[in-house]
Amino acid sequence: MTREEIDRDDPDRLYTVTGGRSRAEESSLDLVTLIVSECEPTSGMQSEHARILDMCRQPMAVVEISSDLELPVSVVKILLCDLLDTGRVTARHPHARTAQTQLPDPETLKQVLVGLHKL
Amino acid sequence: MDSTSSEPARTPLHSTASEGLKIVIVGGFGVGKTTMVRSVSEIRPLSTEELMTQAGAGVDDLGGVQDKTTTTVAFDFGRISLDERMVLYLFGAPGQERFWFLWERLFAGTLGAVVLADTRRLADSWYAIDRLEHHGMPFVVARNNFTEPTHSLEHVRTALDLSEDVPMVDCDVRKRESSKSVLISLVNHLHSQSLARKS
Repeated sequence: MTREEIDRDDPDRLYTVTGGRSRAEESSLDLVTLIVSECEPTSGMQSEHARILDMCRQPMAVVEISSDLELPVSVVKILLCDLLDTGRVTARHPHARTAQTQLPDPETLKQVLVGLHKL
Repeated sequence: MDSTSSEPARTPLHSTASEGLKIVIVGGFGVGKTTMVRSVSEIRPLSTEELMTQAGAGVDDLGGVQDKTTTTVAFDFGRISLDERMVLYLFGAPGQERFWFLWERLFAGTLGAVVLADTRRLADSWYAIDRLEHHGMPFVVARNNFTEPTHSLEHVRTALDLSEDVPMVDCDVRKRESSKSVLISLVNHLHSQSLARKS
């Protein structure tokens, strides 16, 4: 059993991972914001940061990173903010995201339908 | 670092993927949310969790951190790459009360929702429908038939007190085509609403 498995649900681990921080900017990251690495992991980097850089060689959504790291979404967002601040990753934010009473434009939805029909 | 053991390889997204979209499938325990995600997803369904911090009962003054309790809400998801640019994430969300505290944080900006209904437990759907209406979230109701249905959809519509403009469909979420058609009904509904608002 790895240390990670043992520590998984320990709140102290979450505290350690994030250095006890919470961040206002994390709210700019959506579950489906796509993250892309802009550099390779380096030695001495916090292991979660290194794993994120490894995972995101191809775009990966915040929620997938959260699942793979086995960390809650909000904790992952804090880790991602660190990497965004230092330019190690970039974020592709969803554009269709609008105020909740406002639907995406019909053209976007049409494209979604085309994609679904192809399934 | 051991990166090979715990992370089974799954198809990565296109390098050109840039637009993440969300649809949420809401329903009670055991109604088939994960089954539906699995039947249409291009990846094996994954799960993760979010933390929910609630102030201790009746405390909002001198409380501070000690009086807050943290619980987690877990949810499943899968994905469908729609084209080189757009990727649709499907979330299976539990219908229970505490989950709705997280709706804004997790599911703001969602295209729409599928309420997966089990007619033997319609009460599970009432609450979800009420919450979705409260959040102004467009939705369709899909009746999942693991067995032959005994009531007409109109009967269910009446029982759920659902307005005529909310689409209702029958489905068997174990089947890919059936789950796919539920998603298409939802997006058709969104499309016509979007057109109506534009004009």
